[in-house]
Amino acid sequence: MSAKTLYDKLWDSHVVRENDDGTSLLYIDRQLIHEVTSPQAFEGLRMANRRPWKLTANLATPDHNVPTTDREKGIADPISKLQVDTLDSNCDSFGITEFKMDDIRQGIVHVVSPEQGATLPGMTLVCGDSHTSTHGAFGTLAFGIGTSEVEHVLATQCLIQKKSKNMRVEVNGQLNAGVTAKDVILAIIGKIGTAGGTGFAIEFAGDAIRSLSMEGRMTISNMAIEAGARAGMIAVDDTTIEYVKGRPYSPKEEHWSQAVEYWRNFYSDADAEFDKTVILDAADIKPQVTWGTSPEMTIAIDETIPDPEMELDPVKQEGMKAALKYMGLTAGKPISEVSVDVVFIGSCTNSRIEDIRAAAEVVKGKKVSSTITQAIIVPGSGLIKQQAEKEGLDKIFLETGFEWREPGCSMCLAMNADRLEPQQRCASTSNRNFEGRQGQGGRTHLVSPAMAAAAAIAGHFINIKEV
Amino acid sequence: MEKFTKMTAIAVPLDRANVDTDAIIPKQFLKSIKRSGFGPNLFDEWRYKDHGEPGMDNSKRPINPDFILNKSRYANARILLARDNFGCGSSREHAPWALEDYGIRVIIAPSFADIFYNNCFKNGLLPIILPETMIDELFATVAANEGFQLTVDLEQQKITSESSSVANIDISFELDKFRRHCLLEGLDEIGLTLGHAEDIRAYEKKQKEITPWLY
Ligand code: SF4
Repeated sequence: MSAKTLYDKLWDSHVVRENDDGTSLLYIDRQLIHEVTSPQAFEGLRMANRRPWKLTANLATPDHNVPTTDREKGIADPISKLQVDTLDSNCDSFGITEFKMDDIRQGIVHVVSPEQGATLPGMTLVCGDSHTSTHGAFGTLAFGIGTSEVEHVLATQCLIQKKSKNMRVEVNGQLNAGVTAKDVILAIIGKIGTAGGTGFAIEFAGDAIRSLSMEGRMTISNMAIEAGARAGMIAVDDTTIEYVKGRPYSPKEEHWSQAVEYWRNFYSDADAEFDKTVILDAADIKPQVTWGTSPEMTIAIDETIPDPEMELDPVKQEGMKAALKYMGLTAGKPISEVSVDVVFIGSCTNSRIEDIRAAAEVVKGKKVSSTITQAIIVPGSGLIKQQAEKEGLDKIFLETGFEWREPGCSMCLAMNADRLEPQQRCASTSNRNFEGRQGQGGRTHLVSPAMAAAAAIAGHFINIKEV
Repeated sequence: MEKFTKMTAIAVPLDRANVDTDAIIPKQFLKSIKRSGFGPNLFDEWRYKDHGEPGMDNSKRPINPDFILNKSRYANARILLARDNFGCGSSREHAPWALEDYGIRVIIAPSFADIFYNNCFKNGLLPIILPETMIDELFATVAANEGFQLTVDLEQQKITSESSSVANIDISFELDKFRRHCLLEGLDEIGLTLGHAEDIRAYEKKQKEITPWLY
């Protein structure tokens, strides 16, 4: 048998049948559901008089529209409320497990599923959300789908898919102090571009990736989609298996050793071929700050804002000019001199316990700068919030002037009440800095939790080493 | 799903790379639980001067006269000419729903983001990938000739121009056979897959031995 990549193995083990035209019917082990992309799928099922194929394969929780303050009061915006209510009633009537808004297990789908052990190595996992790539960190084939496909998976447990090409991104060597998974993935996107991974399934490899915790690996895979790749995987190793062990949805005693043996196959064979390979040296990566309106517009904290005139490609040059205008920045200015109005620590990229600990360590005993209008921390799930409170992290934040919120997507995309005002500048740990993403006219700079925390104290971007 | 066979229409040139789905349909409109009615909010932040929210009367909002879709010469466009990486960003199917609801059935670009590209076919939209140089030519031709119409023929996989007075366009495009077939027939993919129910059950039976913890 010829050598296979991790992606080949995941793909091959899920093909139900191959169609004559090169597409395959792919079996889906797990589907995650949230309120935004599911109502029309359930409506479609009902209209066609169909039932879910395998109820237990689905897990739902509301996240995009939920308020992060005063939960007891419910959702103020009637349209948001309708969407969450619709999810509740759809899950109730079809019999799908849902962690509702008042459940301690509620949170951002991509945080909740790994936390529950619902994301497991060797499986296929989908969700009507592009950041489903997150789950690839477990040696899982995970990708975002549209609402019609959500309906397709509900009704058939399968998807019609065409295989992507294989791409390997290696980060070799050891990361410098203060450099986190977020900086690594931003540096990767800066290098390959936001369309660099289009048509590929990426495997992240190399010792710098290996050395990351599962939280860090999820941050990396989470943003594979920002490099254009629907899926971003990392091979299974001891770190993966340790993380999965003992979680509510993980295999129980009687299946555990069989599962571990099976999962250990999910890595790329030594001589497997990739259609494209990109190599980065970990030692070159510094803490990153995005300066523009696309995640590829990223620079290191000690750099200056780039000059569009130096860009030869006219389309790119236009894009850079438009970005600078929108961001209210001028070329040549050191990014460390750019002051910040709002700090947001949260989202499916960086709202896990490790992220919150990293931020707490930076701000402990200090005060949020008086020039900062708002600084908020939004844990990724109710359980993470509980854990952080057990460790006293909430107090650390509250004493420095941060707000401590209820779990959800929050200011990552501003579908609930948390949003930027026009022209407000935000240091954000989320994954997208598109125009208007965090509120119309809002200006987003993507950074790691430690860098966001540091910006909150300093009032401007600053190298984490200097705080 | 509505069939797509052949169409002749005005093409509107949207000269921007990396148009993301947030730009195509801003998130506040994702709160709807319906599939239709997104057309008036297509490209909302570029089309109007104020901030749009669901439930507003769009006919009363101040429009941005500089935005290409608002130019009267493109009022009836049903083809969108676009640049690289069109439809990047979130997986929201509301983006193709909004395009379709507005009246767009064909999008021509040098490249598309994967999920968006996929979502188009589920909603009767035809995304066509052409080399950059051809796209440049189309942009130039459309801009230079008011009222210029393109004919997109899916059966023949061809784009042609019917107006003889200007440059004769005759472009062939590639498309996956299965996708072409589904679009031409307006087929329901779920029904097709359920036709293979026996295969799915056989796969599950086999997998239950290998990964019993998932069953
Ligand atoms: S946190 Fe942001 S990126 Fe993640 S699922 Fe929610 S809205 Fe999407």
